[in-house]
Amino acid sequence: MAPERTLRCRRVNKGRGEGEVLLSKDAICFYLCDPETGVVIEEGHALHGKSVAGKILVVKSGKGSSVVMMDGLYQLKMRGNLPAAIVVDEVEPVLVSSCVVAEVPVVDRLEENPYTVLKDGDRVVVDADAETVLIEAR
Amino acid sequence: MRSKRARLETLGKRAKAGCVWVKLRDEEKRMLDGERGYGTQRAMELLVALGTTFEADEMLPVTRTHVALSGQEGDTYWCELLVDGGAFCKVPPTTNPAWAVEELGGVSDVTDAERELAWRTFDVYRRIGAKLTYCCTPELAGNVPAYGEHVAFSESSATPYVNAVLGARSNRESSVSALACAVTGVTPRYGLHFAENRKGTMLVDVEADLNEAYDWGMMGWYVGRFVGSHTPVFRLRDFSRRPTPEELLYLGAELNTSGAVPMYHILGTTPEAPDMRAAFGGVAPAAELVVKNEHLAEQQELLSEKGGRINSVMLGCPHYTYDQLIDLAGRVEGKKVHPDVSFWVLTSWDAIELARRSGHIGAIEAFGARLVPDTCIDEPCWKTFEGGTGVTDSPKNMYYRKRRGQTFAIRRLSECIDAAVRGEVS
Repeated sequence: MAPERTLRCRRVNKGRGEGEVLLSKDAICFYLCDPETGVVIEEGHALHGKSVAGKILVVKSGKGSSVVMMDGLYQLKMRGNLPAAIVVDEVEPVLVSSCVVAEVPVVDRLEENPYTVLKDGDRVVVDADAETVLIEAR
Repeated sequence: MRSKRARLETLGKRAKAGCVWVKLRDEEKRMLDGERGYGTQRAMELLVALGTTFEADEMLPVTRTHVALSGQEGDTYWCELLVDGGAFCKVPPTTNPAWAVEELGGVSDVTDAERELAWRTFDVYRRIGAKLTYCCTPELAGNVPAYGEHVAFSESSATPYVNAVLGARSNRESSVSALACAVTGVTPRYGLHFAENRKGTMLVDVEADLNEAYDWGMMGWYVGRFVGSHTPVFRLRDFSRRPTPEELLYLGAELNTSGAVPMYHILGTTPEAPDMRAAFGGVAPAAELVVKNEHLAEQQELLSEKGGRINSVMLGCPHYTYDQLIDLAGRVEGKKVHPDVSFWVLTSWDAIELARRSGHIGAIEAFGARLVPDTCIDEPCWKTFEGGTGVTDSPKNMYYRKRRGQTFAIRRLSECIDAAVRGEVS
């Protein structure tokens, strides 16, 4: 059994979120999520068919125009289907702007490679304000 | 974006958790701490988050802003959040169009909810102190930055124009970040605000014939596909006149739609590229591309629907200028739009008014085209035409309409007019 661990990271957008890890090496555009369920509907996306709602979403980056990204995240927010927090590998401005507006905590620059240290289903607490990611014992 | 080494160095340098990485002046701190109200606080939070992302050293005052208002719910929500939180624009932005509810509300299949959202959008932007121009080409008239001016311009056709053609300095802002800049009066200093980040890195040798704005647009789309994070420098062969504003506008609009290109140069034409040395900063181009006639023909073929019956012609993405309206008026005399076709020209209210005063409206109206102010192609008011095929002179128009279920043939203006008369495109 792996013990509890705390990793350092950098705060991009403030806040704290906890939940299960959902990991993807693809970039995400929230316009391509079903607002009613949070399920990713983008064909060919690694998360296709999975819901981002309440998850600690680990993604490569964001993609898509600012208008569609913002609207996608907003529609998830209105239905309570936002991710609990986002850990991003290569941060970019559209993702940042949209997450500030929709109040989703975002961190980047995890001190270890997120794709080796985190696994789907891990229970994690992302504290952007303290700049820490706590992985519960598993 | 950043190398792995830089990332490790930054981790090593970390001072204490929760510190703000961007250096803020006292007034900016007060905004961030909420002393200037909740709305201004949220706006500053967004700018600090962006500044952190791009490692901006400080906030920089901006003297002009343009917000790509969209009338989509998420965007309107942000403006509402700020204004209901007491925010008011320090640097009043000009605004993009949504759609002209009064003009189109009666003739278009819109729902009450869509009409309601449009009214709500106009109301919140009015209350926050925006200058409600509803035009996507503010840099041609009404909000024209000067050389070296630091500004925050969203709208994919406007950002490259203010940078490349006017020599003003703006990053590729989104509607929400540009509104935050308008409220706070500042933008994080990074990217294109620095002279060294504005230099060209990719040489584009243009052997294709560039006869009118359409050709520049097609070249923009083509080059945008290959440019990645480079800044292109166009070297024109056999081009002795100065490109028109419309040609430059079409180039930037398409470059920044097929790619993410907020800055370009044209050797001997744009202000920061008098010669190779100035354009590239004395460094050899990191990449090169050649554009020939066959590339542009293939590009049109690739983007465009095949021929057949059409239900509409849409011009004006970006908004048609006064000069384009005059050009149109001169081409349509004695012609008549086919009864099965709706011919729409999206433009600014001032261009319409000038065309009216100068006596050019008559020919356009007799032809059967309709001039529409204050309206974007990417709005619910065009639902009527979804499911059918339209014709446009703009790949960007096609790209955004496709998302809403309307396909387009892309043709130059003379062919758009011809298709409108015949009711089909060849």
